[in-house]
Amino acid sequence: MSLSVHSLSCARGGLQVLTGVSFAVAPGEALILRGPNGAGKTTLLRTLAGLTPPLEGHVDAPADGIAYAGHADGLKAQLSVAENLRFWSGVFGASGIDRAVDAFDLSDLLDRRASNLSAGQKRRLSLARLLVTGRPVWCLDEPTVSLDVDNVARFARAVEVHLTGGGSAIIATHIDLGLPNARSLDIGPYTRRNQPAAADEADPFLSEGAL
Amino acid sequence: MNGLLIRDLRLAIRAGGGFGLGLAFFLIVIVLMPFGIGPETGMITRIAPGILWIGALLACLLSLDRIFALDWEDGSLELLATSPLPLEAVAGIKALAHWLTTGLPLVAAAPVLAVLLNLPPQGFPWLIASLVLGTPALSAIGTFGAALTVGLKRGGLLLSLLVLPLYVPTLLFGAEAARRGADGMDAATPLALLAGITCLAAAAMPFAAAAALRVNLR
Repeated sequence: MSLSVHSLSCARGGLQVLTGVSFAVAPGEALILRGPNGAGKTTLLRTLAGLTPPLEGHVDAPADGIAYAGHADGLKAQLSVAENLRFWSGVFGASGIDRAVDAFDLSDLLDRRASNLSAGQKRRLSLARLLVTGRPVWCLDEPTVSLDVDNVARFARAVEVHLTGGGSAIIATHIDLGLPNARSLDIGPYTRRNQPAAADEADPFLSEGAL
Repeated sequence: MNGLLIRDLRLAIRAGGGFGLGLAFFLIVIVLMPFGIGPETGMITRIAPGILWIGALLACLLSLDRIFALDWEDGSLELLATSPLPLEAVAGIKALAHWLTTGLPLVAAAPVLAVLLNLPPQGFPWLIASLVLGTPALSAIGTFGAALTVGLKRGGLLLSLLVLPLYVPTLLFGAEAARRGADGMDAATPLALLAGITCLAAAAMPFAAAAALRVNLR
């Protein structure tokens, strides 16, 4: 269940952002993506998650194996914490939400509407969703935004448990999570500035499979 | 799949879900219509089937941009796209949820409002039948339009312009079936064609909507 990427080129909004990215992540291993703002961390993670097709190269990942968490929390404000989690566990066919609730200390908030949560609590709920997906490879985009120090540690523990269970994680972050089994990848050298993607790929309506 | 349907229905009936929006609009249009047209005897009765159909169509149109826009804004659409549910199923369920929260209440309200327009008694079953058969097509086509315009800020105008021409066949046959029923004529042919449009829309639109979503999610 390892993930490997071979000379991947990614584009966002018709602009080629990254080129020639290659790496592999084995089970039990975490890869920390580093790079300045705009380097292409989000674009790379979206490509891995299958939201954006790569321009070149390919991603070898277990089928239905990637759980993606982006900048947006993906929560429904009118639903309670428990309803939000149960919805995702139902979609992913998982058994229950108890483990996720415990890992992110959400038991006191279960009946609260998501609209009444603080930004940090929303983020915790959003990260708890990863546990109910039951998927081995986590692709996380700045997961620690608006988390306090204690909760960053709680999140790091959850990632550690996930890694010891044979999972892996690719995390774009600017802070040090203190994960024991983590490598860093600086994507700065792969970044392309202001290079338009090939004309036919720049227009999604003309490329294959769109229409 | 059931989970998504239940979630969408629950969101629709909770505060700010917009459940009553289409229904209230339908009510207002139909109640105001006689005031605008005037008290001439027989006029309202003659145009009642057409007015009811146009009212239902516009009420349906009003709530279309909520189908995907809310999920897009809070990021759940991306998460759904990376979930085990195929996007075709997501689009199909969204269309079904839209019909259950918009089309079905319109069907239920139409007979009551038809009384206000003095629809002849023999027209009621045909009006209801045409709405039951036709409104699912409005939801399915509308879901496709919503998928096309999902990434756009204030995409409602473009959505209406895209979807209205696609609504014309449904309106033609739906209103024709209701009119023939009200006049005591045989309405089987327009009803059959209406059912055909609905079957085609329900079969094809989830795939078209999923393709549009994939492009918009890039």
